[in-house]
Amino acid sequence: MLVLEREGLGRLIRELCDRHGRSRPALLPILQELQETQGWISDYAMQAVARHLDIHPVEVYSVITFYAFLNSEKKGRFVIRLCRTISCDMRDKDRVARQLEQELGVKFGQTTADGRFTLEWSNCMGMCDQGPALMVNKQIFTQISPERAHEIIESCRRIYALYPERSEDTALEAAGAVQVLAGPLALEARS
Amino acid sequence: MNTESRMNPDTSRAPVSQKPQVIHPHSNEGDVGALVRVNIDGQEIKVPLGTTILEAAKRLGIHIPTLCHHADLCSAGLCRICVVEVEGMRTLQASCAYPISSPMTILTHTRKVRSARRHVVDLLLSEHVGECYTCFRNNNCELQSLSKEMGVTHFRFGQRTEHHHKPDNSSYSVVRDMDKCVLCRRCVRTCIDLQEVGVLEACHRGSETAIETFHDKPLGEVVCINCGQCINRCPTGALRANDPTEQIWHLIDDSTKHVVIQTAPAPRAAIGECFGCAPGTPLTFEMNTALRLCGFDKAFDTNFTADLTIIEEGTELLLRLHRALVQGDKEAALPQFTSCSPGWVKYLEHFYPEYIPNLSSAKSPQQMFGAVIKTYYAQLHGIDPKDIVTVALMPCSAKKYECNRPEMVDSGHKDVDFGLTTRELAQMFQEAGIDLPNLPKSEFDDPFGTATGSGVIFGATGGVMEAALRTVIEVVCGIQVENLFDHADIIPLRGFDGIRYVELPIRDVGPVIPMFKPLVDSWSWLKGATLKVAVAHGTANAKKVMEDIKAGGRLSECHFIEFMGCPGGCIGGGGQPIPTSPEIRAARAKAIYAEDSSYKVRKSHENPAVLELYTKFLTDGPCGHLSHKLLHTHYQARGRFIA
Amino acid sequence: MSSKNHPSILFRESQPDEGLKKAVGLKRVDVISMVRESGLRGRGGAGFPTGVKWNFAALAQDETKYVVCNADEGEPGTFKDRVLLTERTDLVLEGMTIAGRTIGAKEGIIYLRGEYDYLRRHLEAVIARREQANLLGDDILGTAGFSFRIHVHMGAGAYVCGEETALIESMEGHRGEPRNRPPFPVNTGYMGHPTVVNNVETFALAARVVALGAETFAKVGLASSTGTKLFSVSGDCTRPGVYELPMGLTIEELLREVGGEDAKAVQVGGASGTCVPHKAFTRRLAFDDASTGGSIIVFGPQRDMLRVARNFMEFFDEESCGQCTPCRRGNRVLLEGIEKLEQGVCTLTYLSELKALGESMQLASKCGLGQSSPNAFLSIVEHFKDEILARQTA
Repeated sequence: MLVLEREGLGRLIRELCDRHGRSRPALLPILQELQETQGWISDYAMQAVARHLDIHPVEVYSVITFYAFLNSEKKGRFVIRLCRTISCDMRDKDRVARQLEQELGVKFGQTTADGRFTLEWSNCMGMCDQGPALMVNKQIFTQISPERAHEIIESCRRIYALYPERSEDTALEAAGAVQVLAGPLALEARS
Repeated sequence: MNTESRMNPDTSRAPVSQKPQVIHPHSNEGDVGALVRVNIDGQEIKVPLGTTILEAAKRLGIHIPTLCHHADLCSAGLCRICVVEVEGMRTLQASCAYPISSPMTILTHTRKVRSARRHVVDLLLSEHVGECYTCFRNNNCELQSLSKEMGVTHFRFGQRTEHHHKPDNSSYSVVRDMDKCVLCRRCVRTCIDLQEVGVLEACHRGSETAIETFHDKPLGEVVCINCGQCINRCPTGALRANDPTEQIWHLIDDSTKHVVIQTAPAPRAAIGECFGCAPGTPLTFEMNTALRLCGFDKAFDTNFTADLTIIEEGTELLLRLHRALVQGDKEAALPQFTSCSPGWVKYLEHFYPEYIPNLSSAKSPQQMFGAVIKTYYAQLHGIDPKDIVTVALMPCSAKKYECNRPEMVDSGHKDVDFGLTTRELAQMFQEAGIDLPNLPKSEFDDPFGTATGSGVIFGATGGVMEAALRTVIEVVCGIQVENLFDHADIIPLRGFDGIRYVELPIRDVGPVIPMFKPLVDSWSWLKGATLKVAVAHGTANAKKVMEDIKAGGRLSECHFIEFMGCPGGCIGGGGQPIPTSPEIRAARAKAIYAEDSSYKVRKSHENPAVLELYTKFLTDGPCGHLSHKLLHTHYQARGRFIA
Repeated sequence: MSSKNHPSILFRESQPDEGLKKAVGLKRVDVISMVRESGLRGRGGAGFPTGVKWNFAALAQDETKYVVCNADEGEPGTFKDRVLLTERTDLVLEGMTIAGRTIGAKEGIIYLRGEYDYLRRHLEAVIARREQANLLGDDILGTAGFSFRIHVHMGAGAYVCGEETALIESMEGHRGEPRNRPPFPVNTGYMGHPTVVNNVETFALAARVVALGAETFAKVGLASSTGTKLFSVSGDCTRPGVYELPMGLTIEELLREVGGEDAKAVQVGGASGTCVPHKAFTRRLAFDDASTGGSIIVFGPQRDMLRVARNFMEFFDEESCGQCTPCRRGNRVLLEGIEKLEQGVCTLTYLSELKALGESMQLASKCGLGQSSPNAFLSIVEHFKDEILARQTA
């Protein structure tokens, strides 16, 4: 890592610790913000956080490896997580999975060579009545067909052209390419 | 009661899920300290509120099997081998983690309990690469014993044979073989909580859960102090010391090599445990016989250099005090810290590098010995030092690292070639068919066989300080230690309290003895001063002391502090026989102090061999030019950053 | 959604903050009695009587206490809390505020699962609005000394954090590993202080109980399972979604509501629940019968039940916290057993070994996750033995 980058990250971590506090309960909020802004939590970042909170670096690492949405390895600009739990499975998530794999040229658990996409499985994301569901970074998309999977990836590619660096997830919305389901299912529609 | 390593739930940094938690009794169930009636397997007993089921059963003489439980560590309740049936509860309860807060009826071996325990063992066996024949814990493995105890006759859920991990050999001291790990997390609690070093933690989750270092880096690359306390508490062969016995045998067999061994005080109080003796059975002189039977050319006593350390380190302290008190030198780094525990030294280099100036520059007895053997002894006997192999029998895994520090070559050769643990030497004896406890006794070899009681007590926490004070009192005050302390036993420095503090007013001073003449003219500048010393053992206690010093607390006014990396000092070292517990360590300490009182000479400055060394070899005296070259060292500010 | 036949408690028209306004005029013990008399039991699945829990926390001697809303809705097939948090946000916060006053807590925390991150801004906006309206903050509704604040704490993707002590561990910045109990959170909870952890739905219902009175609530449902329950229905039915129905409805009746009459089995209670076969559809959805935190997954006639079991075991293999032996390793062994069944190489002897293992896991695991993870496997193996063994010979 370049010294300048490291200094910038160090400053960010100090700010985060100032804001969230330097006690253990602040650990997850700090890591979550780092994850969101950096896309991952590097060795340097883990140790810097540990120093501020006066805990051991391995404790930070241990916590990160416990939670699905924190990672200590670099992942793609877009992390696509397809739900594989029962209700989505029953709604033919396998077809979507095949489409995603073909579209991206990687298997689940892998990152594309250009570093843009990481494809992963996810467990139940609470969209069981609208499956198959998937998440792109922190946004949830539901009722995914193979066609829609293709559209979502295309949208991500367009977003990448505009925002190659990781930015606020609102970029996904801002690009206007994908419909973000921000509310509950349309209850009325089905009753 | 030994309090050295009992967890304090308030300051413990163990994961909260593994901490003993405070019971707030409901008002109608009696106050804290009240007794609760429990019925276990039909036997009644009253126990204090908050007693665990396991503890209550123990008092009734009822055995409940355990695995993740350890006397030195906070309870975890995670292996589930100790489950019992509690009347009125649907599920089984982990007896090690269930504090009794109301009257209850417990059954410890119902069908449900037996079935669950069997399943726990079956499951552990199904993920454990059980290479019992080739495992150093063969016949001393808790998983093996549990399988026997539970009557396991076959691998119900299969047996893992393929290796998922390569053993991590990157550390000079500790080897990790995660294929043998049963995830009891005793190492985690040892490292984070007991020692507060924080190298190991449970990582990932579900069936992928594993004990890892920071980002699963090799142990040699993380902030490990090599204390080996994790080895002592591992129930299986997942953690072991880096074993040099094959190389040592090879060198013993090589007739061109002169293989000498120095033996530290702590192993002799413990090695008997590997031969079925009770903890604290002293086998000092039987061991000398065994070493010669094994083929070592000479068996020396590390206590000789322990006494030498007292002279060098004591002189260094007096010089620092002189600088501070007489010359008014604010740079004189006080308190002076002992440097004989390599675990502690590395801990300081990592966690408090800014205090390196406080660390005594005197080498540890092990390293002094190596340097003296490959110089003075080589000259004396006309042996080419390159043909001398020095082995150090130590209770310690960190000594393996210490002898490999690049700066430890002041004799022109590697001063100490191998650090050998108590366990490894016992294994060598066994391989050679040597029945240690029943051997005749024999003396150490000269010229380094002469030791004093002061050298012996280096093996227990507080011993270095007691040895130092015995010498300071006599050399500076010009009085007999016995005038101040019965039998020269400085009791306030003994025991297992985590941190001990003692003040010694210097009311009067005596004449300067010849050895110190080159250094000072008189001790008058110390008259009326109060010498303040402290003792800490286990790096968690060391941390408390360091934080107090940093904060300018009472301990910052100390002049001299003894630090030992391991709980209990060397007798609880990471190379000692497994298992360990407060009781076992207390028994070993008792043996150490008994050996001390059996000596005629009990003060380092009276050791005739040491005095002879100064007249014949280190002729410019303690902390003189040659001793600086051979007996002193420097340290490295390592910091905590893991690249 | 609620049906015409079954009047709603949660979604009915009502005065805003009716319960809270009533609660400030009541003594704390009276609120506890009310909740107790209503028969309200925890809606997360375990069904612990809410009034009893609040009472323990109220009795605990401590200056600092916490109210925690468990919004870590992660049970496969459950999504009703998501709907409540969106559509009845105020009601949930109202319930938390009432709990805060009742037990003497000044701080409330919503532990929101990471997947629901998109709800965070919405929740924080409603919290801010309520603060402005003096429904949160100091001297709430002009009641001197009644202070209560709420903030959102995000989860980071771990099912086990729905277990209340794991949730507390997670809030304290640790791995979400369940604690040894006792002590219970009502005595020693978040940061060592007495803590009430309730499900989203429980808080919303508690607010309704105070508003409508214990009797109105207790009239609905069964004697031991009072009130209504939100069911999240998914799987092979024509009308999946969230339903508010009275407790004690039979599975049959529910299937009629959701258009799943031809089901061959229903998974009640999600992955950790049990699989009820067609012949037992007369069972009631209630705490003492077929109990669920809300998850109802319908399996149509064509479903491969072994695949279902495999899906559930894969879930637990990954979502176990990895702490205790029976759960960490047992779930993997069961999963490997299913693989053997799929390949047709599982002997009946081994199958009974697996069943015995499952029973030990139910008894000896440290927390509810491990204690319930074999349920689906055991019930599927029991009820669909023929289907599974047919595969053996195929």
